[in-house]
Amino acid sequence: MNFAPIEAWLELPADSVLEAWEGLVITLQLLCGSVLLAFALALPLALAATSGKAWPARLARGYNAAFRGTPLLVQLFILYYGVSQFEAVRHSPAWWLLEDAFYCGLLALSLNLAAYMAEDLRAGILAVPLGEKEAALAMGMSPFQCYRWIVLPAAWRIATPALGNEVIAQLKATALVSTITVLDLTGVARRLSNASYTTDALVMAGVVYAAITLVVVLAVRRIERRFGPAGRR
Amino acid sequence: MDDLWLYAGQLLEGAWVTVQLALSSLLVGLALGLVLAAGSLSGRALLRRAVRLCTGLLRGIPEFLIVLVCYFGLSNLINNHFDGAVEISPFAAGVFALSIVFAAYASEVFRGSFAAIPRGQIEAAQAFGLTSTQTFFAVRLPQAWRIALPSLGNLWQSLLKDTSLVSVVGLEDLLKKSNMAAQATHQPFLFFLAAAAVYFVFLHASQPVFAWLERRAGRGFEARAA
Repeated sequence: MNFAPIEAWLELPADSVLEAWEGLVITLQLLCGSVLLAFALALPLALAATSGKAWPARLARGYNAAFRGTPLLVQLFILYYGVSQFEAVRHSPAWWLLEDAFYCGLLALSLNLAAYMAEDLRAGILAVPLGEKEAALAMGMSPFQCYRWIVLPAAWRIATPALGNEVIAQLKATALVSTITVLDLTGVARRLSNASYTTDALVMAGVVYAAITLVVVLAVRRIERRFGPAGRR
Repeated sequence: MDDLWLYAGQLLEGAWVTVQLALSSLLVGLALGLVLAAGSLSGRALLRRAVRLCTGLLRGIPEFLIVLVCYFGLSNLINNHFDGAVEISPFAAGVFALSIVFAAYASEVFRGSFAAIPRGQIEAAQAFGLTSTQTFFAVRLPQAWRIALPSLGNLWQSLLKDTSLVSVVGLEDLLKKSNMAAQATHQPFLFFLAAAAVYFVFLHASQPVFAWLERRAGRGFEARAA
């Protein structure tokens, strides 16, 4: 895309709008990627936490407590700066993933969000009336069928508003990856702001974030109407 | 491990800054949140809309960006208009940034909890001849506080975790101190894990306090809950 006319019109330095656009794309990639990965991880975590089996439940609870009980920024630093301390990690096949700031940030964001989403899904699963599960089993459904067709759809409907809030919070959390050198929207804004000795770029980035938040809020509201409790359509 | 003991004092100093930062932001944020809630419940449509727009914007912008804007923006503002006569400390900028974020969320919580108080109680208070100030402090605030406490507990947990953001603008809090120790000893994993552990302990240590506050605020409501 050619942003030169816009830059000239707004009297901005050359390539600044292009950079901001690229940063925005990275922010959106981080948001969508981490939401999908986190959901994929949150589902087994929530199932383990509600399984009633001692060890899987304990593991899931420990995971959730660890990731919800510490700041995301610290988790990012541990994953990006911390694990490279070990020789074994630097020679492991996973190093290409941890070496790249973008993938490392995506991993940290996903692991963090998974803990929050797992708690929401767990609450949703626990809120499904026991009678529905018993009825499904009495009808001759296997435990898998019971979860696939009865418990999980009901839990999803109950958890949708909470999950939507997590997605909105996640957009704001992605801004932290700029601390591990990823040039997302905040990273670009920080660079432009440092170059110009003003906070204009940061304020503009804030407006863009607020606009994306609004879009996400409206999208979540639509999904809630689609999947929400029958009475609220 | 020896390095950890060597830098334990530094980490504790940082942890103390984190606690001070969190508690100051909590107090300022609560007061500001109440004021904003009053604004968003005001009968004046213009004021109500302006306040709701502000809190909505604040809740839509990353906390990290707000911290950056407050720190660099406030120092620029003072440099340009007051000739650099006042030095803005990273601590003050941090408290300002964290408390406006906290206040934006707290105002929504307070708005909901003030709205949840039955209208009849306020009418009853007026019928007894209580002034509006008396009604506020004796009837409305104690009840709104009870309804708001569980949500405020969640906000406090977010606030405590968000204090780590100010380390980026140079305030020597827990995370900054562990970062410095990590660079000096080349043991980032150890020191960031130690920082994570301290945050974890702080969060879990504050839970009984909120549980006690909730019990205290809920006196007389236990029977209904059971």
